Amino acid sequence: MSAQVSEPVRARAPATFGERLAGALERPRVLGSLMLAPAVLYVVFFVGVPFIIAIALSMSDATAGNPSIDTFVGLDNFRAVMQQETFWTALRNSVIITTLTVVSIVVLATIAVEILSREFRGKRLVQVLFMMPWAMPVALSAITWLWLLDSQFSPIDWVLVQIGILGPDGLFGPQRHMYWLGREWLGILSVVFVDTWRTLPLATIIVLAGRLSIPRERLEQAQIDGAGFFRTLFRVILPALAPVLIVAILFTALLVIGEISSVDLLTRGGPGHSTQILPLWAYLKGIESGDLGQGAAIALFLFPVLLAAAIVALRFASRLHKD
Amino acid sequence: MQRQLRKLGFYTAVVLLLLFAVLPIAYAVITTFKKESELFSFGANPFIYEQGPTLEPLIFLFTDTGFPTFVWNSVVIGVFVVAITVVLAVPAAYALARLTGRWGESSGMAIFLVYLIPPTLLFIPLFRIVVWLGLANTIWSLVLVLPTITVPFCTWLLLGFFRSVPQELDEAALLDGCTRFGAFRKVVLPQALPGIGACVVFAFSLSLSNYIYSVTFISESAARNISAGVPTELIRGDVYFWPSLMAATAIVAIPLGIAYGLLFDYLVRGFQASGATEAEG
Repeated sequence: MSAQVSEPVRARAPATFGERLAGALERPRVLGSLMLAPAVLYVVFFVGVPFIIAIALSMSDATAGNPSIDTFVGLDNFRAVMQQETFWTALRNSVIITTLTVVSIVVLATIAVEILSREFRGKRLVQVLFMMPWAMPVALSAITWLWLLDSQFSPIDWVLVQIGILGPDGLFGPQRHMYWLGREWLGILSVVFVDTWRTLPLATIIVLAGRLSIPRERLEQAQIDGAGFFRTLFRVILPALAPVLIVAILFTALLVIGEISSVDLLTRGGPGHSTQILPLWAYLKGIESGDLGQGAAIALFLFPVLLAAAIVALRFASRLHKD
Repeated sequence: MQRQLRKLGFYTAVVLLLLFAVLPIAYAVITTFKKESELFSFGANPFIYEQGPTLEPLIFLFTDTGFPTFVWNSVVIGVFVVAITVVLAVPAAYALARLTGRWGESSGMAIFLVYLIPPTLLFIPLFRIVVWLGLANTIWSLVLVLPTITVPFCTWLLLGFFRSVPQELDEAALLDGCTRFGAFRKVVLPQALPGIGACVVFAFSLSLSNYIYSVTFISESAARNISAGVPTELIRGDVYFWPSLMAATAIVAIPLGIAYGLLFDYLVRGFQASGATEAEG
């Protein structure tokens, strides 16, 4: 309550404290600040402060054994991190995985939205089944896929043998297994597939919200003008969806680029470190090997890139919207 | 004829989309009831039960693992995170939409930027804060920290919702003698209920899904949640308890999938009123 008292109170006829308080609460600025304060304080304490600690850690020689950040070492951690080959592999993989996932999400979400924006029989059931991947915690979807892509007992390999693609007489035989997670590029593509699978429902909801906001007249006009399905899609719907697609891309990219569980459980960054990603590398360095300084340096690395990308994307989106 | 063909094309697309979404979960369900001996027989058809189904993995999951505890912890964490998120985000979004004037206008972008600071950047310092507060190895560490993800997200979502409520409603309430806060509570809040509902669902699912904080802050199995508990306790070294693992994923995914699916239109509406359709919020 002390926060309320400290607000400047300038009611005209300040009779009692209660009346003065009530008068102050009628002023939008005062009430607004009070309603905003808890969220802002929370964010400052649990996002702002840790963010500053992260920067301080990245410039100190703190370790799990000696976690004080007293010794300033400048950019040594960044230099050390950039000399490790794994760092560059991880950076490359983070960028590749995020980019490919976003591209496939844009394509699949557009298709899913075209389906789910229509009325048809059994739509409820379709909605329920469609949301299932998103209902699982990411770690559990990763485990499901770990079993589906198992080196020995993958049902996908079994089907490929049955239809004559793998196996002794197969097109790509004689081996019976793809070892999806045991090879560098196949492993990266598997992670992309799993990330696409788990984020598609959220992206679809965002894009669908935009799709349903397109005025019906615009679609009908296109039809009257004799435009077919694909013409309408590319000339009317997609341009109108561009701003929402950008928001969907940002959300997907954030969900994918910061997630460690998919790679951690699927490939464990292997074979070697060939499928390593930045956040998992930061986790392994910072928590498992206890080098807090280097871990923080690795984690910080993506932030300026993300920030720039997001600002450009949002500017672009708002410009599109105003046109 | 052409109409029939179109219909066929449409339903093919529907079926393909559903297979993409559901096949992995269907396979998890099949695996749940497999006997160990059949599970690891080379070349056998993985989609049928040649030796008949068994309930043993399910019984094992509920009696010999921490799974029931993980589920309970996840629910408790989820409920508290949702409550904290609503209490912080709803007033904040209203204040930004209506009360703070010029300040509030560019806030959509600012909130989004907070959301951009990913957990992977914060988990090391947050771990220290959690230890300092004496909350390491308790579920309360997650209750305290997970709103860092949900509060910015939900404030952003609700900001659009409050902006879509006509300003005349507040003004009419003020003329009728409501206080400003009363106008918010009695008139605007009910209008924004669908948005708050969407927030509840999103906050719950985001809290359930988080992995990095769960594995960093908690290493005692009694305090673990589903996200961290299932992978760590049901995978021991190189031994994977596949049927039980698949049972765990199916048990979580199916009821929640049904809930989210039934709320589907609602969730879409949550985004429709939000900044998503205005892009910059």
